[in-house]
Amino acid sequence: METTTKFSYYPGCSVEGMNKAYDKSARVVCEALGVDLVELNDWNCCGASAYMSIRELRAHLLSARNLALAEKEKKDLVVVCPACLTTLTKTNHYIAENPRLKKTITTALKAANLQYYGSVKVRHLLEVVVNDVGENEIKSRIKNSLQDLKVAPYYGCQLTRPFGEVDDPEFPTMLDKLLGWIGAKPVSYPLKAKCCGGMLMMTKEDVGLELTKNLLACAMENGAECIATICPLCHMNLEAYQDNVNKHFGTDFHIPILYFTQLIGLAFGFSRKSLGIDDELTPSKALLEKHLEVVR
Amino acid sequence: MPEKIGVYVCHCGTNIARTVDCKSVAEYASHLPNVAVARDYQYMCSDPGQEMIKKDIHELGLNRVVVASCSPLMHESTFRRAVSSAGVNPFLFQMANIREQCSWITENRELATNRAKAIIAGAVTRVSFNEPLEIKKVPVNPDVLIVGGGITGIEAGLQIADSGRKVWLVEKEPSIGGYMARFDKTFPTLDCAACILTPKMVSVGQHENIELLTYSDVIDFSGYVGNFTAKIRKRPRYVDEEKCNGCGQCEQKCPLSVPSEFDCNLGKRKAIYRPFPQAVPGTPVIDREHCLYFTKGACRVCEKFCPRGAIDFEQKERIVEVPVGTAIIATGFDVFDASRVKEYGYGRLPNVITSLEFERLTHASGPTAGKILLRNGKPPETVAIIHCVGSRDHNYNEYCSRVCCMYSLKTAHLVHEKTDAKVYEFYIDMRAFGKGYEEFYKRLLEEDVTFVRGRVAEVSEVAQNPSEKGKLVVVAEDTLLGIVRRIPVDMVILSLGLEPRKDALEVAHTFSISRSRDGFFLEKHPKLAPVSTAADGIFVAGTCQGPKDIPDSVAQGGAAAANVLSLIDRKEVELEPSIAIIDENVCSGCKICLGLCPYHAITFDEEKSVAVLTAALCKGCGVCVAACPSGAIEQQNFTNSQLLAEVEAVSA
Amino acid sequence: MQEKFEPKIVGFLCRWCAYTGADLAGTSRIKYPPNINPIRVNCTGRVDPTLVLKALASGADGVLIGGCHPGDCHYTNGNIKTLRRFKLLQNMLDQFGIEKERVRLEWVSASEGERYARVVESMTEEIRNLGPLNWKRKEMEVIA
Repeated sequence: METTTKFSYYPGCSVEGMNKAYDKSARVVCEALGVDLVELNDWNCCGASAYMSIRELRAHLLSARNLALAEKEKKDLVVVCPACLTTLTKTNHYIAENPRLKKTITTALKAANLQYYGSVKVRHLLEVVVNDVGENEIKSRIKNSLQDLKVAPYYGCQLTRPFGEVDDPEFPTMLDKLLGWIGAKPVSYPLKAKCCGGMLMMTKEDVGLELTKNLLACAMENGAECIATICPLCHMNLEAYQDNVNKHFGTDFHIPILYFTQLIGLAFGFSRKSLGIDDELTPSKALLEKHLEVVR
Repeated sequence: MPEKIGVYVCHCGTNIARTVDCKSVAEYASHLPNVAVARDYQYMCSDPGQEMIKKDIHELGLNRVVVASCSPLMHESTFRRAVSSAGVNPFLFQMANIREQCSWITENRELATNRAKAIIAGAVTRVSFNEPLEIKKVPVNPDVLIVGGGITGIEAGLQIADSGRKVWLVEKEPSIGGYMARFDKTFPTLDCAACILTPKMVSVGQHENIELLTYSDVIDFSGYVGNFTAKIRKRPRYVDEEKCNGCGQCEQKCPLSVPSEFDCNLGKRKAIYRPFPQAVPGTPVIDREHCLYFTKGACRVCEKFCPRGAIDFEQKERIVEVPVGTAIIATGFDVFDASRVKEYGYGRLPNVITSLEFERLTHASGPTAGKILLRNGKPPETVAIIHCVGSRDHNYNEYCSRVCCMYSLKTAHLVHEKTDAKVYEFYIDMRAFGKGYEEFYKRLLEEDVTFVRGRVAEVSEVAQNPSEKGKLVVVAEDTLLGIVRRIPVDMVILSLGLEPRKDALEVAHTFSISRSRDGFFLEKHPKLAPVSTAADGIFVAGTCQGPKDIPDSVAQGGAAAANVLSLIDRKEVELEPSIAIIDENVCSGCKICLGLCPYHAITFDEEKSVAVLTAALCKGCGVCVAACPSGAIEQQNFTNSQLLAEVEAVSA
Repeated sequence: MQEKFEPKIVGFLCRWCAYTGADLAGTSRIKYPPNINPIRVNCTGRVDPTLVLKALASGADGVLIGGCHPGDCHYTNGNIKTLRRFKLLQNMLDQFGIEKERVRLEWVSASEGERYARVVESMTEEIRNLGPLNWKRKEMEVIA
C-alpha cells in the first residue's frame, strides 16, 4: 500500500455553485488515487479576478488569510480552479518580493491571530495528479477503457500564465499526457491554451461568445469528440453558452464538455452519477455509450 | 627611521565633498600616529594636486603617503608615479577608497564621514608597515595570438601582421570569415558582403606574417603579460593542406550529401566539403560523423579522384604550443534560438523563418540560388518582418542587439528587390544610429514598406475569416493607431537578436577573463577601455564583447591591434610585485603550501627540507601565505603585518 | 531615544571580482548602508582565518569575505580554498558562541554591483538585529 499524499484542499467559490460536479468528481478520483484531500477549515473566497483590480491590498489580504490557515495545517494547498491558483500564487510571490506588502499583511493577519511565513505551496490538482501520482499509479487503476475517445484538452489561460511555473506558458502538455494515460486520444489543436473569455462572458457577452466559438470550432476542426477542462469558469463558458454561441453565430455545436476528473473517474470505472455527469448541459450520454467499454 | 606620513583627502569636486566632510576628515587624520601632515584639496589627481604631494615630500621629508580619494583601480598608478618621481618608493604609498565605496553609496553625511575616517585610519596604519619594493620588468614576446577569424579577427590580424609582427590566427571553423561570410548584402550601402570580405580573407591566407590555424581551438592558455603560452589543438581535416590545391574534385565526386550548417540546414553539402566557395583556406574538410568511410568503412571515392593524393584518412589531431606576448579574443556571437519564443511558431509553422535563414535564401550561392521562396517553392505575396526577437525582453535577453533594426530594413529592401511581395515591419523603436542609417530608413519608408509600431503577440495559423485562410496571421497592437491588428501574410521573418556564444564560458575560463551580466566578455572600462580586459595583455574585440555592427567590429579590431602594438613596442612590461616570498629559516618543511599553488610555483628542496618559490611563476594570489602554519611565507605588499594593522584600525 | 546601532563590518574583497563589483555599485550610485570597511586583497585565498578573528576581536561586528564565483577565480581556484577554510572557521565561531550570521562568504562578480549592495544591505540589517558583538566585553565575562 503506497503512502498517501496529504494536502489541504481549497475548493474555491465556483465549485460550490454551478460546478458542484467538479468538486464531486475530484473527491471521488482523489480517494481512488490515494491523494488525501482535507478541506481547509474556514477557508474564505480568494478574491480572484475582479477584486484584485479594484482593491489590490484587500484582495491580497483575503488571499493571505487562506495561506495562513493552510500553513497552520503544515500542508500544501491544492486547488481545482486556476483563477484561485493564480490569485493565491500571486499573493505568495508578492509577499516574498515586496517587504512593505509583507509588513501590512503580517500586521493585518495578527489582528486575526494568524501569521504567515511564506512556506505554503499552492498547486493545481492536475499538476498533483500528473507529477505526484504519476503514470503507473494511474494506469494501474483503469478498469474501463475509453477506447481512444478523441478528447481536446483545454487548459485556458490561468493554469500556465502569468508565472509559467506549472507547464509551458504557450503550449502546455500536461493534460495531453494525462489523457493518453487514461486511454483517451488527446487532440492537438493550436488554441488549447487560449482564452475562453472568462468573466467577459457576463460583462461583454459578444466578446466572450466569439472567443468561445473560436475554441469550439478549432477543437472540432481538429477532430475532437469532446473537450476536457480544468477550470470551472472555462467549463461553464464552453458548456453552458454553447446554445448562445449557436444562436449568435448560426453554428451547430453540440460538444460534450467534461472535467478532467470526470474522465479519470470514468476510466476508473465509477458511475456517471457519482461523477456528476448526469446533470450536464451538453449531453454526453450518447458519446460515452459509444466509447466506454462499460457505461455505468 | 620613524615614519612620516602625508595624508591627502580629495574632494573630487563634489563627488566626495558632497557627502563626506573632507575638512574634518583631514583634521581627524592629522592626529593619527606618525602623520606629519594632513591636507584636503579639490582634485588630488590634477597637476597641482600631485605637485602638492611632491612638495611636501621634499620640504617635510615625508616617507609614506596616503591619498584618500577614488578607487585604487582608478588612480593608484597615477599617485604611485607622482610619489616615485619625488624620490619615494611607489609602494610606500597607500590609497583609501572614500568615493566608490563610501561617498557614492549613501546620502547620509554623518555615516559617510565616519566611514571615511575609518577607511583612512586603516590605510594610515597599514602604510607604516609597507616596505619598498622593486618593480620587476619582463620582456614582451612580439608574437600575437588572435582567437577568432571573423571580420574582427581578420582586421586585427592584418593590422598587426602589416606592422611586421607575427600573428597566430586560430579559427574554430574550417574557414575564416565568420558570420559575415553568410550575409548577402550589408547595410546601409548594400555592399555585397562577400565582395568586401573575401579580399581581406585572401590577404590573411597569403600574408607571410600570419600563421593561420583553422579547424583549431585554443585548449590552454597560461603565463603572464608578455610571456604567454597557448596550446592549440589542430583538429584533423583528413586532407593534407600542403598537397591540396583546392581543385574541388573530391567535393564533386563525393556521393553523400548532408544538411549544410552554413546554409542553416536549408541546403546541402557533401561529406567532404568547403563551407562556402571562397573559403580560406581552400582545403576541404572531411566530416567524420557522416563520411561513409569513417562510419561504414566504405567509399574512399575522394581519395581515388584526388589528383594530388592529398586525402589522408590517417591524419591525427596535432597539439601546437605557441609562445606569444599578447592575445586578442575575437570569437564573435551566436544568434538567439527563435524556437524559444513559442508564440511565433518557429519550428512549428513552416513559413516562419529567421533573419539568418533569409540571408541564405537571398544569397546567390545559397540553397535557392538567391530566390526568396516559401516551403512550397512559390514566392511570397506578403511578408512580415518582426523586430526584437529575443532582445529587449526580460523573458530572454534584456539588452538591445543593436543591428536588428538596420538589418530588418535591409531585409525589407531585398524582399522588394527580388519579389513583388508587400512587406510589413513590426517594430518597437527604429534604431538607426550610424552613418547613413537614418537615410537608409527614409529610403525604406519611401519604398512603401508598412511599418507597424507594436510588439507582435503571436503568429497564428487559426483563421478567423476567409481572408486569413491558409495564411500566417500576425497579431500585433498598432500602438500609433491604438488598435489590435491581424495581418495575414505568407512568410514571417524573425529578426533574431545576438547572444554570446555557447562556449563563451569555456573561453572565459581558458583566458581568465570575466563576463558581464549578459554573458559577453567584460571590458576593463565601458567608455575608456572597451577592448582591454582586467587581465593585462589580453584584449577582446568585436561582437564577443557585445552586439555591434560591422563598422564597429572593424574599429574594435583595429583598437585591439593598436593596444597590442603599443605593448609590444614598449619592449618591456612591469609586473605587479605582490608575489610571495618564503623565509627558509622559518619554514618547517610541512609541505602544506606545495599542493595549494595553482601555478606549481612552489617546489621542495629535499636537502634543506624547505619549500622554494619560483618567483617568475608566482601570480600573487596569496593562498600559500594564508595556509602556512609557521608564517614562513609572506606576500609582498600584502604582508600579515600590513593586513593585521589595517584590520585592527578599521575595526576599532 | 537610544541611538541606532551602526554595525561595523569588515570586508575582505578580491580585487578581480568583488572589489570591482563594489566599485561598480558606487559608480552606478546604488545606495546601500555604508557600514562596510573594504580591504582589498588579490584573492580571497589570501584571507587567513586569523584576519577574520582579528577583525572581530578588534571591534568589528561582522566580516564579509567577497570573492569570484566558483570557476571564475582569476587564480583558478583560490575561492574554493577559501570556501574550505570558511567551513572550518564557521565551526570554530560556533564554538566561540559567535552567531554564524556575523561572518559571511559571498560570491560577487565584477559586474554585480547591484548584488554587492544588496548583500551588504542584508548583512547590515541582520547584524543590526543581532546587536553589537562586543568581543572585549565577552572576553571579560569569561575571565570573570
